[in-house]
Amino acid sequence: MPEAARTPTAARVRSAGIFALVVLGAVVMLFPFLWTVITSITPDGNLADGPTLFVDDPTLAAYRALVDAVPIWRILVNSFAIAIVSTLLQLVTGSMAAYGFARLRFPGRNVVFALYLATMMVPLQVLVVPLFIEMKTLNLQDTYLGLLAPSFASAFGVFLLKQAVETVPLELDEAATIDGAGHLRIFGTIVLPLIRPALATVAVFAFMASWNSFLWPLVVIRSPELMTLPLGLSTLQGQFTTRWDVVMAGSVVSIVPIALVYLLAQRHVVAGIAHTGIK
Amino acid sequence: MQRSRWRTLGWALVFLGPSAVPLVLFTAVPMVSSAWVSLHEWNLISDMRWVGLDNYRSLLTDPATREVFWHTLLFVAGYLPLVYVGGLGLAVALNRRMPANAFFRAAYFLPVVTSWVVVALVWQWLLNPSDGLVNHLLGAVGLGQPGWWTDPTWALPSVILASAWKDLGFVMVILLAGLQSIPGDVLEAADVDGAGGWRRFWHVTLPLLSPSTFFVVVISLINGFQVFDQVFVMTGGGPAGSSQVVVGRIYDLTFRYGRAGEASALSWLLFAVILAITAVQIRGQKRWVHHA
Repeated sequence: MPEAARTPTAARVRSAGIFALVVLGAVVMLFPFLWTVITSITPDGNLADGPTLFVDDPTLAAYRALVDAVPIWRILVNSFAIAIVSTLLQLVTGSMAAYGFARLRFPGRNVVFALYLATMMVPLQVLVVPLFIEMKTLNLQDTYLGLLAPSFASAFGVFLLKQAVETVPLELDEAATIDGAGHLRIFGTIVLPLIRPALATVAVFAFMASWNSFLWPLVVIRSPELMTLPLGLSTLQGQFTTRWDVVMAGSVVSIVPIALVYLLAQRHVVAGIAHTGIK
Repeated sequence: MQRSRWRTLGWALVFLGPSAVPLVLFTAVPMVSSAWVSLHEWNLISDMRWVGLDNYRSLLTDPATREVFWHTLLFVAGYLPLVYVGGLGLAVALNRRMPANAFFRAAYFLPVVTSWVVVALVWQWLLNPSDGLVNHLLGAVGLGQPGWWTDPTWALPSVILASAWKDLGFVMVILLAGLQSIPGDVLEAADVDGAGGWRRFWHVTLPLLSPSTFFVVVISLINGFQVFDQVFVMTGGGPAGSSQVVVGRIYDLTFRYGRAGEASALSWLLFAVILAITAVQIRGQKRWVHHA
């Protein structure tokens, strides 16, 4: 590598310095995860003698206490199920609406689209009280359906997908129309496959929003069997104020699956977020 | 002609219906009724009593309102510079060739996919005043050991620290994408003109990165003003209300004090503030955002 050979020493020292900082930063980012695991296998979470990297007598007692305290597996499955269902719902409702706005010239289209965007601006906190009352009236309080209600459709998703549909050349639609294809076929066989990157972006955001969601589950769910992880973990905190090993065991159980999902879908997640940032 | 118009309208209903129905039911209707509730005195149980704009008036004079807005502002003021400067530094560092680059990106991003509640719990433990790792380390090097989330002075900084830790990777990814979209020949031209290192960074890279910066600032302010989860879990707004934020107050007013009317009014006040801040930024962007 002739270029490297020409690099002056100063630049090399600088590169090494930057590398050292990046390593230090990575330690700061990753160590809390390691510490969570260490605490969870320490007997009684007793770290009074000072922190240690190597637990003398590791134990799974905290995990047993966790399983006894909350239906943790059920809660884990709930979190995944709710996240997957709400993601699929938003993909279906969002892509259909995107097609409607981008391809159908119906009267009042711009007004309706502006109304969609308006719903995007309203934060959940504004809606929380009346939505809670609405769920009580509809008998959806403390049900899965009630939990899902605010995430059936997302105007943000519609917005992103509409932009993607608009990049699909109209000629493709026209050619298909000549071949006798209707809207449903054009939507399903031409548009959908071509907007896959945008669908992936919307899926990433929808999944993460659902997985992280706390305020709405906190308001609408009471039964432990219907809880999602953030809510289940927050109740743990009240029960085990001094048992940090149990609280950390719960944290480990909720970090591991999402970390695995992330590592598998890493490319899409990062591309999805980067994509919205550039637009 | 007429018939095809009706047909298009029919198709519009088919394609928009699945999203329009839930948006009306679960966003538009609650939005309108929230505005309605905000004009009443209501404890969620007995009948609503019309009070007009009284809720808004009393909120504006209530010192508690000023306090929660002040805390929220402090949160944003602490959080935004931390994630922006940190995220920018990382993005610049990772934009060059470096061993294990992919590993670092993944490491920095891991907290982003971790839920707020978990982040809050983990940091509550790290920042535990007596047994927490951070205070052990501070003690080992002979520094002071703050009471963190148990101390009114340190409660909000604790929340800021945890929040910045979680979002650093998110900001990094956006800025990194922005950096990578800067054409290489522009930077080379700057080099030829003798603008190396810091000068090139200040006068070329940063201005070209301004659209990404703008995005980060807008999103961070919108999310920052709605901060709730991590506060609720880490401090519960305490000690003695020292870290209570606007959304925490909305929650307390509704579900602890049964003052749903005031809570709704406060949520509209918050919405107005967010909208105003966002509008100001969008209008002001001409001055500093350079679109290529």
